[in-house]
Amino acid sequence: MSFASEVVDWFTDPARWGDGPSSIPNRLAEHVRLTVVSLAVAVLVALPIGVVLGHLRRFGTLAINVSNVGRAVPSFAILVLGAQLWGISQVWGMSKAAVVTLVALAIPPLLTNSYVALAEVPDEVRSAATGMGMTSAQALVRAELPVAVPLVLNGVRIAALQVVATATLAAVVASGGLGRYIVDGFAIQDYPQVFGGALLVAVLALVTEALLAGTQRALTPVGVRLSRRPRS
Amino acid sequence: MRLLAVDDPWIKWTWIADHLDDIATALRQHVGFTVVAVVVGFVISLPLAVAAQRWRWLRPPTLGFAGLLYTIPSLAAFALLVPWTGLSRLTALIPLVAYTLFILVRSILSGLDGVPLAAKDAADGMGYHRWARLVRVELPLALPSISAGLRLATVTTVGLVTVTALLGFGGLGSLIYDGFGRDFRTPITVGTVLCVVLAVVLDLAIVGATRLMTPWTRARAGR
Repeated sequence: MSFASEVVDWFTDPARWGDGPSSIPNRLAEHVRLTVVSLAVAVLVALPIGVVLGHLRRFGTLAINVSNVGRAVPSFAILVLGAQLWGISQVWGMSKAAVVTLVALAIPPLLTNSYVALAEVPDEVRSAATGMGMTSAQALVRAELPVAVPLVLNGVRIAALQVVATATLAAVVASGGLGRYIVDGFAIQDYPQVFGGALLVAVLALVTEALLAGTQRALTPVGVRLSRRPRS
Repeated sequence: MRLLAVDDPWIKWTWIADHLDDIATALRQHVGFTVVAVVVGFVISLPLAVAAQRWRWLRPPTLGFAGLLYTIPSLAAFALLVPWTGLSRLTALIPLVAYTLFILVRSILSGLDGVPLAAKDAADGMGYHRWARLVRVELPLALPSISAGLRLATVTTVGLVTVTALLGFGGLGSLIYDGFGRDFRTPITVGTVLCVVLAVVLDLAIVGATRLMTPWTRARAGR
């Protein structure tokens, strides 16, 4: 039997579409839940800090270097360290090690991009806002944030892709998610399962990227869209 | 899977002393994969970026395709190649190279875009041909941006190579994976620390090489 037809068989196996733990709907739901929760926590922690520091143009070296340092520590190493520290403890019904790791990985790009987005708002925009009598906080919300939105969302995009990718790796140290198929498949040399799982992960990543790119476009104010293209 | 986090010390020096050979091998494999991936990635990216700079219509498809590759998670990329390349080193290298393309093409392009028109005009006036102008004027002026791309690509690749350990290709990730498999923390610590050190050392090496190759940036800063 050819490899392609084995992959097709894997996808059409009734066990893939039932309510069992290893069904595609269940694994996909686990993956999406882990991604969304981790990203949401990281956004709540990092964006306000990055936005305020960028608005004040303070601690720039710190906000930028946190990304560089974060990049040097491999995500796989952080996952394994998390697994050592928290074992199989759970939080919100998910592996605590996985959630903490993913939050830690998502924070640096969010912090750095939101800092840079606000710090690079042109001085004309700031002085125009002040000249119109806005307080510092009003200027932040009504003038600087709209201009900074494309770059802030760019950080969210980078973080989201990283979280989707690392949530796959999390299957090595914890249960759940689409990475399960790849890791388990390798363990028992079931390569159609490995390939099927990898396809699902790739599609999920591409859909995430497309959704966030669309959101970025939709949330960018028309005036900003015309005058400035987001750098990525 | 274990029920509780184990209470193993993070580092046992005696294990390190007994396994210096294994650690050196893992480090050598890791450096090998990283350097080959970044060098091959650069060799592919340079002509792509030069072409995309010269012929503007090439830009969206080049960046779009590289971006698409960059989006696919590493573990999935390795897994997708197994049916074609088996468990060979190519399975690890192809995705590693593919990931560097997006970073490198973009940084080379932005470097070339940033070359001042005056410098190009001066080169034309001095009788440089297209290619001579590219090699002797534009690429040197684009070096700081190219170097920034190389640094990012290198540090990212050091991290990604740890994942290839899951497929049995060795590298520092195999120390981490081994320690994880038997709840023995020393190799995890050694693997992680060496990854970070390696990333920093390679990063500094590129910074140093760039400084040597761009003496004019220092002269300007000194003035």
